[in-house]
Amino acid sequence: MNVENTQGQPETVAPAIELRGISKAFGPVQANKDISIRVMPGTIHGIIGENGAGKSTLMSILYGFYKADAGTILINGQETQIPDSQAAIAAGIGMVFQHFKLVENFSVLENVVLGAEEGEMLRPSLAKARKLLKELADEYELHVDPDKLVEDLGVGMQQRVEILKALYRQADILILDEPTGVLTPAEADHLFRILEGLRAQGKTIILITHKLREIMEITDTVSVMRRGEMTATVKTKDTNVEELAELMVGRKVLLRVDKKPATPGDTVLEVKDLRMVDDHGVERLKGIDLHVKAGEILGIAGVSGNGQSELLKVLGGFANGTGEIRINDDPIDLTGKHSDGRSRRERGISHVPEDRQHLGLIMDFTAWENLAFGYHHAPEYQKNKLLMDNAGMIETAQGEMDRFDVRPPNPMLSAKNFSGGNQQKIVLAREIERNPDLLLVGQPTRGVDIGAIEFIHQRIIDLRDQGKAILLVSVELEEILSMSDRIAVMFDGHIMGERLPAETDEKELGLLMAGVTDTKGAA
Amino acid sequence: MDFLTILQIMDSAVRLATPLLLACLAGLFSERAGIFDIGLEGKILASAFFSAGVAALTGSVWLGLLAGVGASMVFSAIHGLASITFQGNQLISGVALNFFASGITVLVGEAWFSLGGRTPSLSGGERFSPIELPLSETIMPVPVAGPLYHDLISGHTFLVYIALIAVPASWFLLYRTRFGLRLRAVGENPAAVDTAGVSVIKLRYAAMVIAGVLCGLAGVYLATGLAAGFVKEMSAGRGYIALAALIFAKWRPWHALGATMLFGLLEAIANRYQSIDLGGIVIPVQFMQALPYILTVLILAGFGGKAIGPRAGGVPYVKER
Repeated sequence: MNVENTQGQPETVAPAIELRGISKAFGPVQANKDISIRVMPGTIHGIIGENGAGKSTLMSILYGFYKADAGTILINGQETQIPDSQAAIAAGIGMVFQHFKLVENFSVLENVVLGAEEGEMLRPSLAKARKLLKELADEYELHVDPDKLVEDLGVGMQQRVEILKALYRQADILILDEPTGVLTPAEADHLFRILEGLRAQGKTIILITHKLREIMEITDTVSVMRRGEMTATVKTKDTNVEELAELMVGRKVLLRVDKKPATPGDTVLEVKDLRMVDDHGVERLKGIDLHVKAGEILGIAGVSGNGQSELLKVLGGFANGTGEIRINDDPIDLTGKHSDGRSRRERGISHVPEDRQHLGLIMDFTAWENLAFGYHHAPEYQKNKLLMDNAGMIETAQGEMDRFDVRPPNPMLSAKNFSGGNQQKIVLAREIERNPDLLLVGQPTRGVDIGAIEFIHQRIIDLRDQGKAILLVSVELEEILSMSDRIAVMFDGHIMGERLPAETDEKELGLLMAGVTDTKGAA
Repeated sequence: MDFLTILQIMDSAVRLATPLLLACLAGLFSERAGIFDIGLEGKILASAFFSAGVAALTGSVWLGLLAGVGASMVFSAIHGLASITFQGNQLISGVALNFFASGITVLVGEAWFSLGGRTPSLSGGERFSPIELPLSETIMPVPVAGPLYHDLISGHTFLVYIALIAVPASWFLLYRTRFGLRLRAVGENPAAVDTAGVSVIKLRYAAMVIAGVLCGLAGVYLATGLAAGFVKEMSAGRGYIALAALIFAKWRPWHALGATMLFGLLEAIANRYQSIDLGGIVIPVQFMQALPYILTVLILAGFGGKAIGPRAGGVPYVKER
């Protein structure tokens, strides 16, 4: 493997960014350890690593959010101090955060000029920005209506606003943190075209992602981070996905899910004309029909915010809907006092919620409490009529943590002290060990390390093979394609269509996710 | 009801609305920057006392004005320190300041004047006197317009005109200047401001300074313009009413003018008509006097339509990891 001297450029060109020996600790946690990296101008440089590998910390240092404990930053060969964001902007660095930093009820124009106004008065700044935005839009395919409020734009458009903000500040170096997480495949492709256009203009781009496919597709050079250290920098064309995954995790990783064909049995879940109106009076589910059989996984694909969360909430019993839901051909109460999480569990529905830190766990409670929670009134957990059997709960928890490889396997630790992957294993252990008929799973591997993903996927497949029905909601198309036996695509509260994984691809699903029904004609 | 009566009620409404308007605009700047300002009440009270007290001691209402605004600024600074620098709970800080104001004013008042917490009655140069606008006597004979100009528009103290000018000035500052854009942004999403390279802390302190000055003027007017001296608890919930008006106005300057005028009008009617006879049913004076407070409760309970305040309101800004 070629790790040394991978930046083929002649030494006369100064790197756009050079970091030398950057270290940063948060208390006892060493987030960045002696990191050195050279990013050449006019290239797209990928940085990959698992959650918590220190990518975001490194970029925050570069953008002036944190001060490094040690090390130097060189911009275009000049040593540069970056004590705050103002300095980063002045040094020509622009950042597109994973969670956009936009003022929702401001117009696009106002968001772009904010902090980069020309003078005391607003109008000349806005007029100038309007002109410049038009030029940028034509040059880089970055078209956005400058007078629209940001909150009325889709996420793809909001991301363009973030890029425009950086370009308006004349950024030569653009850092994008997990930019495709919220995009449809088509939007992601458009973003990559924009990035290629920017590279052609000589801009330097740093792309932080955990999606190996994107790295292979668009970057020139890629750096891998693991546990706060930069483990390798390689030319993209000299490497492959398997090697990168191994560098990230530190061991060989099985990237494909290993599963036998499904053997579906009777229908477990049947949903007919399910509708749901949210607190703002917006109809989020507009007549959902679907069914899941025993021993199969139905994957629900879609860009987040198209009703998948609401579907899980109604099925899980913490939002009211109208329509019909049957479990094993028996209707369940959708609105009355028997419509809650507990009665759903009693009907054999287990739920691994999308937002595990808010809905799946109580972060300040211990692992054993979290492992019992929701089932704490089960007879086996009661000591007598008055008291719960804490010792028994801890013992049960210990067994579950061992079986699900939760690390560290200490039931007395608070949930917040576990990593994302181990938190997810705790939730999964609780829900699977109750032997449900139907498992609802939302975003099972969001924020989960690549090593743990493998384990979680295998557990879900095992449950399927035991003849349970599984409804899987995920925004990761790769996950949907590799896990599901059937795929349903949601868009704007509707099911746009169903496909079999063997007979479809990301492109077709992407069209359905964008609301295009005639996928045969368009594809 | 004749034209003259209407004019008099309107005139009284303008005067009664002035402290509300100033306090409401103070709250507007503070909350637009993302700082809840439940301490308006305490600031009004402190300013009212120190303006009246200093005016009584020195004989100069202008020194009183400085003292009143100064007191309000000190309160604002404490609130800023608690909620911006130390990232404390803004409601608790505000409530604490309100209690502090109601205690300190009586305590110092008793020590200075020994009148049970009151200040002596102010007169002459110790008060703001009405300003006769030019030509008001000349055009008095003109029907409608004459009395309107003479009785309603002319003849108020200087602080009433300041309050009225503050409305378009606030609008201009918020919507037409760079400072205003940043101030509004910091109340909506401080992270956006921070990543744009602008200091969240400086902006929020700037808002606290403006709020301190405006709220100070409200207190000064209360003790030296509307009344002639300070009496215990004389703010009488005006800070809270101003907050209700702010919500009713949906945090916008011109709407704030309308909302506070409505409250002023209600108070003026209650003052003028001790009891109203509606065809045999007599509405008691207590009900009329309670009207502004009832309206406050109704607005705060959400009857004034759905009001969505600045989204980062009440949340201290902490850089995320």
